[in-house]
Amino acid sequence: MSTTLKYEEKQLKIVGTRPARPDGVDKVTGRARFGADYNLPGQLIGKALRSPHAHARIVSIDVSAALALPGVKAVVTRDDFAEMPDEMAPVGELMINFRDVTRNMMAREKVLYDGHPLAAVAATSESVARAALALIKVEYEVLPHVIDVVEAMRPDAPLLNENQYTQGVKPKPERPSNIAKRLEFGRGDVAAGFAQADVIVEREFNTKPVHQGYIEPQACLASYSADGQAELWTATQGQFVFRAQCAKVLQMDVSKIRVTPTEIGGGFGGKNNIYNEPLAIALSRKSNRPVKMVMTREEVFRATGPTPGANVRVKLGATRDGRITAAEAVLNFQAGAFPGSPVNQASMCAFTRYDLANVHVVGNDVVVNRPKVAAYRAPGAPIAVLGVESVIDEMAKKLGIDPIEFRLKNAAKEGTQTYYGPKLGPIGYVQTLEAARAHAHYRAPLGPNQGRGVATGFWFNIGNETTCSLNLQEDGSLTLLLGVIDVAGGSRASLSMMVAEELGIELDRVRPVIGDTSSLGFNFLTAGSRGTFAGGMAAVVAARNLIEKMRQRVAKVREVPVEAVAWKDGRAQPADASVAQFEPMTLTELARMGGKTGGTMAGHAEINAQGAGPGFGTHIVDVEVDRETGAVKILRYTVVQDVGKAIHPAYVEGQMQGGATQGIGWALNEEYVYGADGILQNPGFLDYRVPVASDLPHIDTVIVEVPNPNHPYGVRGCGEVPIIAPMAAIANAIENATGVRLTQQPFSPPRVLKALEGAGKAQG
Amino acid sequence: MSRNHVSATVNGDQVEFLCETGQTLLDALRDELRLTGTKEGCGTGDCGACSVMVDGRLVCSCLMLAVEAEGKAIETVEGMAKGEKLHPLQKKFIEHAALQCGICTPGFLIAARALLERNPDPTESEVRFWLAGNLCRCTGYQKIVEAVLDAGREMRGA
Amino acid sequence: MRYEAPKTLEQAIALLAGANGRARVLAGGTDLVIQMRSGRAEPELLVDIKGIPELRSLAAEAGGYRVGAAVTCMELIEHAAFAKAWPGIIDGVKYIGSIQVKGRATMGGNLCNASPAADSVPALIAAGAIACIAGPKGRREAPVEEVVTGPGKTTLAGGELVLSFLLPRRQPRSGDAYLRFTPRSEMDIAVVGAGVNLTLGAKGVCSAARVSLGAVAARALLVPEAAAALLGSKVDAAALERLAAAASAACRPIDDKRGTKEFRIKVAGVMARRAAAIALERARGQN
Repeated sequence: MSTTLKYEEKQLKIVGTRPARPDGVDKVTGRARFGADYNLPGQLIGKALRSPHAHARIVSIDVSAALALPGVKAVVTRDDFAEMPDEMAPVGELMINFRDVTRNMMAREKVLYDGHPLAAVAATSESVARAALALIKVEYEVLPHVIDVVEAMRPDAPLLNENQYTQGVKPKPERPSNIAKRLEFGRGDVAAGFAQADVIVEREFNTKPVHQGYIEPQACLASYSADGQAELWTATQGQFVFRAQCAKVLQMDVSKIRVTPTEIGGGFGGKNNIYNEPLAIALSRKSNRPVKMVMTREEVFRATGPTPGANVRVKLGATRDGRITAAEAVLNFQAGAFPGSPVNQASMCAFTRYDLANVHVVGNDVVVNRPKVAAYRAPGAPIAVLGVESVIDEMAKKLGIDPIEFRLKNAAKEGTQTYYGPKLGPIGYVQTLEAARAHAHYRAPLGPNQGRGVATGFWFNIGNETTCSLNLQEDGSLTLLLGVIDVAGGSRASLSMMVAEELGIELDRVRPVIGDTSSLGFNFLTAGSRGTFAGGMAAVVAARNLIEKMRQRVAKVREVPVEAVAWKDGRAQPADASVAQFEPMTLTELARMGGKTGGTMAGHAEINAQGAGPGFGTHIVDVEVDRETGAVKILRYTVVQDVGKAIHPAYVEGQMQGGATQGIGWALNEEYVYGADGILQNPGFLDYRVPVASDLPHIDTVIVEVPNPNHPYGVRGCGEVPIIAPMAAIANAIENATGVRLTQQPFSPPRVLKALEGAGKAQG
Repeated sequence: MSRNHVSATVNGDQVEFLCETGQTLLDALRDELRLTGTKEGCGTGDCGACSVMVDGRLVCSCLMLAVEAEGKAIETVEGMAKGEKLHPLQKKFIEHAALQCGICTPGFLIAARALLERNPDPTESEVRFWLAGNLCRCTGYQKIVEAVLDAGREMRGA
Repeated sequence: MRYEAPKTLEQAIALLAGANGRARVLAGGTDLVIQMRSGRAEPELLVDIKGIPELRSLAAEAGGYRVGAAVTCMELIEHAAFAKAWPGIIDGVKYIGSIQVKGRATMGGNLCNASPAADSVPALIAAGAIACIAGPKGRREAPVEEVVTGPGKTTLAGGELVLSFLLPRRQPRSGDAYLRFTPRSEMDIAVVGAGVNLTLGAKGVCSAARVSLGAVAARALLVPEAAAALLGSKVDAAALERLAAAASAACRPIDDKRGTKEFRIKVAGVMARRAAAIALERARGQN
């Protein structure tokens, strides 16, 4: 059964204010404990041996010399893990292919990318562990590799998996392929739509993989006990999903693994997947000692999932008066070494900002010799939207229509039929476009070599399985035990705020704690902008559940019918003086008498939250282009976004600013650079260039609030949407400044200069 | 492997530890002294999460060998608050929502304090350039810059 | 791996000379520590030279300055008189990493690490700086442009180390500048760097000039042809264009992850021209 709580408009005391976050003091004093900050007595240090080849068959692995090194306590390889069937298995509502999971964490027949782990050691110190890795002898048969998505799709490309046949193609292909899956979405008749068009714009775009770039490398600590129980401390976006995956690949009962999520130093989707965790547990099992594994930054870049690079083709037709008649896209996404790129989500996000009668989108999920991709903030959407919003901009220019006006003419609204399924409910897309058009930024003057760009983004937002408990403590204060991880966004703050609002009490009385896997039932990952939506719904359910129990208790103690007891202003009060009269009872009074009157009271929620409200955003950016060097400077940036309701506006602004900044990095300088040998050349923050403070201007934010009818406070979620538009907005701004349209991401100086020179628009 | 004996002060306290020559000051702080407030984000001096003060200089503790700390005065995030009283920067970071995941926060705080001690009234641009060696992936820096400027105002009594 | 922190130059030289090439000098460590962590450097002995007073001093000498090789970038930046005399060297030093890195990094290390992209080196070459080198056979001097021979390679013999840099007396109406191109505003390695040092005669005519380029060849280059473009001119637009062309022509770059050959060639001219314009402004301001 799924849970939806309807939106109710009401006077708010706490929701919408900006209190200090509950994890704030710990984080400014160094007390907060992140993944690498946990230690156990007697712990060993674990390190993984990683492939130096992009693609090779493993002929043999000899660990004898490593095992003989003093201080080495255990070594694990593929032989220590069971084969897993090639099928999709459920982890909650999530479906996972464990054949691939077990191969990604520890190579079996082949290494499939530079950095692919194929052995791990546990030793008494890091230096001994490193020395042991150097003693492991691996014989490889190096195979031809392929890292480009278009090349990988060719029939003669080197195959990563000889048993992979393209799904979604009928009849079943006769030959195996790197194309794992072909998807198709659409409605109407695109051919007819293009026939009606006065103007057609068609463009091809190419993007490189980019990394989430969380500042905390993956870190975990495992302790396996001889009775078959394991404890794991790890920086994760989903302690329950990690537990399920570890249990499966280690062939343990789920209940025998207890995962305690540590404070997490950023995730953005990149900490949804296990890497070292099962290796650490296996090493602990073998050595009978706790094992700690912390990745280096180089390992993070080489072996944890970036978001895919892609090849995208977009075609758009419109009438002279500015009505889009047909839209078509082909999205070829790199999945990395195993299937599962976000091409599905990207296909659905490509055109959903527009009300279109004729749409057709094809998506291909393609394996290449690169690390398996992971989610990254609105997975896939920015890549599709770079193409679509660039073409939309070009079309508006061709038609002589203001770019915001053109979008408004075609904007999706409540009731718009999507091309992938549902009709849209109440949404705030038009409101974000209108707010952007009304913003002073949109009319500010521009200087020479400066240009302005606009682009928009859409993300579904999601709900899913969520649990929490709200324990009334004996002094009347409350512990809010949460199953959703507070990755960074401040969900501990926003969820406590909703609880305090429900109960009508001071926020300070609610202490949020993130639970380990033994303290609550299964929770989905913190992903898809669900934390405040689904976590908030669960918190409200738990608060109302507690209120219900308190009303019953008061009714019992005061000997009145339960209907006569109302919860108002933080107290149990007579619902109506004519029905019953009794002294109001506060939380403190209820807590004090709890034990004597039937036991302590707690509210619980075990829900599957449904009814997530789609989020839309409109971005405006001004750039200045140096025509002699190709350098692009961001001069001004404004993010407008419908979040439904901003529970804690400061953290909503923070999501908008942070997402936009990641999008700016993606647009300008971030990329995975591979050599012809298939080896990653920039696995560090020196040459993988995330934006620094001095690269950026003030980033202005405008919060639009069109309530989600399916959330008690109207929350939609806000984390994903702000990364979607920046790449396209910046491409449009560069075009506006120079007359040159960029289609190869990143828009780094050498690429921009080359494009300017190609168009005869460079200087000097 | 013989280890080096090092004595130094950390946040005013006399400390002694043993380290391998290849261990960094960051390793010693975190693994030998169990002061885990200083973070490792890259190990190559590119992210600033490991920022500490050594004899009054802002440095990356991942780029300094532990053995070089002999006789030095080291300051880390753990020494910023005076008892229960937070440093104005710590207070302003919370107030301005200048932290999200918090992994970069100790480094930013140490770096920002070094700036304000040297330049009590920096411009926004000076703050951005001084803090360019500290990466934050969550905030987009906006609220960090605002918090530093506001802490500067408070510390100047402006 | 052993660590030694000698207090005298003689001890340092003896340690280095006795290590059969298995020793490394540890100054700021901002390159060496990374190389050791990644396994690219595996010395048996580290000789920390920061305890030797001569390497840590910055003092006026012969109307110019002598800068110890282990003076940190931040110490140099904070030395107001030096910064006024040699703003171009300060430009270069300021580009060496973050404030944190500059708190440890030194010009001696920047030179001896022998990266073609070292930011202080073109500025030092343009300034005409002389490196003072000490070793088992005594002391010698060498122009900075003659110290590095290629990536990771120097003319330093076994047991030798760079002691200091001598910056000559500044002529009136002289100015220097260093500019580099990087994708980000800070924290990157130079894709191209250009140092220009010039002196104006009484009528504003350029009477002396040195131009150096970084990251466009196996080592930082002194480019006399580029300097020749300025000599005798008023450093006007035409002279600056000739300078840019000469700078681009001198480039012998490679394609790598940081930039393409053609990009480096083009941008080297742009950076040289822009650096010369800044140097000109500074020279005019130093009457």
